[in-house]
Amino acid sequence: MTINQALEPAIRVLGIEKSFKDLHVLRGVDLEVKVGSIFALLGSNGAGKTTLVKILSTLLKADAGTATVHGIDVAANPGGVREAISLTGQFAAVDEVLTGRENLLLIARLRHLANPGEIADELLNRFSLTEAGDRPASKYSGGMRRRLDIAMSLIGSPPIIFLDEPTTGLDPQARIEVWQTVKQLADGGTTVLLTTQYLDEAEQLADRIAILHQGTIIQNGTLAELKRLLPAATVEYVEKQPSLEDVFLALVGGDAAGGTAPAGRELT
Amino acid sequence: MSTHVLGDTGVLTGRSLRHILRSPDTIITTVVTPIALMLLFVYVLGGAIKTGSDQSYVNYMLPGILLITIASGVAYTAYRLFLDLQGGIFERFQSMPIARSSVLWAHVLTSLAANLVSVAVVIGVALLMGFRTGASVASWLAIAGVLVLFTLALTWIAVIAGLSAKTVDGASAFSYPLIFLPFISSAFVPTDSMPGPVAWFAENQPVTAIVDAIRDLFAQQPTGGGIWTALAWLVAILAVAYAWAATVYRRKIS
Repeated sequence: MTINQALEPAIRVLGIEKSFKDLHVLRGVDLEVKVGSIFALLGSNGAGKTTLVKILSTLLKADAGTATVHGIDVAANPGGVREAISLTGQFAAVDEVLTGRENLLLIARLRHLANPGEIADELLNRFSLTEAGDRPASKYSGGMRRRLDIAMSLIGSPPIIFLDEPTTGLDPQARIEVWQTVKQLADGGTTVLLTTQYLDEAEQLADRIAILHQGTIIQNGTLAELKRLLPAATVEYVEKQPSLEDVFLALVGGDAAGGTAPAGRELT
Repeated sequence: MSTHVLGDTGVLTGRSLRHILRSPDTIITTVVTPIALMLLFVYVLGGAIKTGSDQSYVNYMLPGILLITIASGVAYTAYRLFLDLQGGIFERFQSMPIARSSVLWAHVLTSLAANLVSVAVVIGVALLMGFRTGASVASWLAIAGVLVLFTLALTWIAVIAGLSAKTVDGASAFSYPLIFLPFISSAFVPTDSMPGPVAWFAENQPVTAIVDAIRDLFAQQPTGGGIWTALAWLVAILAVAYAWAATVYRRKIS
């Protein structure tokens, strides 16, 4: 890594525009993501989140504007960008016919790594899939499939990871598992850009949150900064009721969550 | 990056070959129809067909059956490619630093392997039904070469279908006319038994040239200029299909 890259943001987006026929999906998006941070792109369905992720991961070309990922221009050097990123798309991109282990081996070999076997076993273990490792991925539950999907994205330790709606369609436990993984990634220095339509997900995970609405970023800041946009909080006394999620997780045994439920929200 | 083309293609071919090994039914469904057609033509219709040659009818029609086998086999290539596109694994590959052409070549090589197995199975059944040939090693190699070219040409057509289809059914529908084409050729009956315009079409379409060349090679007869007409057709179809598929692919990934 050159000094230049160390100082530069992991992702820099300037005036990105993209249209599909007459549909103007992105109308000039600007944002910066700091190295090692978790950045959440929040928006409703059709806001253009996936389009932006596809442009940053070199799957689509922007109509206008520039974007650099890991200091590399996505339009000028897409091959270089691909060396530095990993994409976990909206739908778990695993090979259903292959086993979990074979899926990991496949990606390790495609990344030209020296010891694919060791890498696969290590990731199966880390994502609690060792037991299921020799079963075809088509037999996996939604949560297991997503875990495998994310495990595949970590192979080769790319410095920047894109997660497009990583928890859509997952049950609450699987969701917390994914959150835990994302936090570990950022703790390890990986930059994560994730898109979500769940407000609590952005609140739980992100260092910075950008709200994408009708093709532009309408707000961008830390959670505290975004909260300050509203009038000062008034103090009200409300009986703390457990949320249905708290009840559900307590009943089915929150062990799978590994104590990741946010502090202060445990059922008392 | 381009230095990885061979390695990446190898890894991805291994992946799609596993798909076939795990669902051998794709081979079985490929060979069932040609074998049924062969039984029907040899034991039901064949007795009434005057081929005007002294060879047995199974010898006469096997080349056409082999082409039908390949034409139905390539539909699975379009199907598997379409599923990759649908499932998101295609996008994962595209966002990785791998040689981009290897994603398609893996499917093409897998198609080649699967179709060669299907063709071998059909030839095996034909041998049981009395197919005999005195073909030399050189003739067998020439036949294999023609069939490989035919498979490649049709597979690249399958790639176009797989890349541009909107539904699973659409992905494999392209193969129906290809399966039908041998019926309007010299594959089952001599073309001079057909009425004028049909005979003209049959005599000038590629399947007749290919079938005649393979039939002559099996029968150890001189192919004359026929083999060159067949090869010219095959190379032309292959070149057009490949160029078209490459264009569709480039549009898809940019």
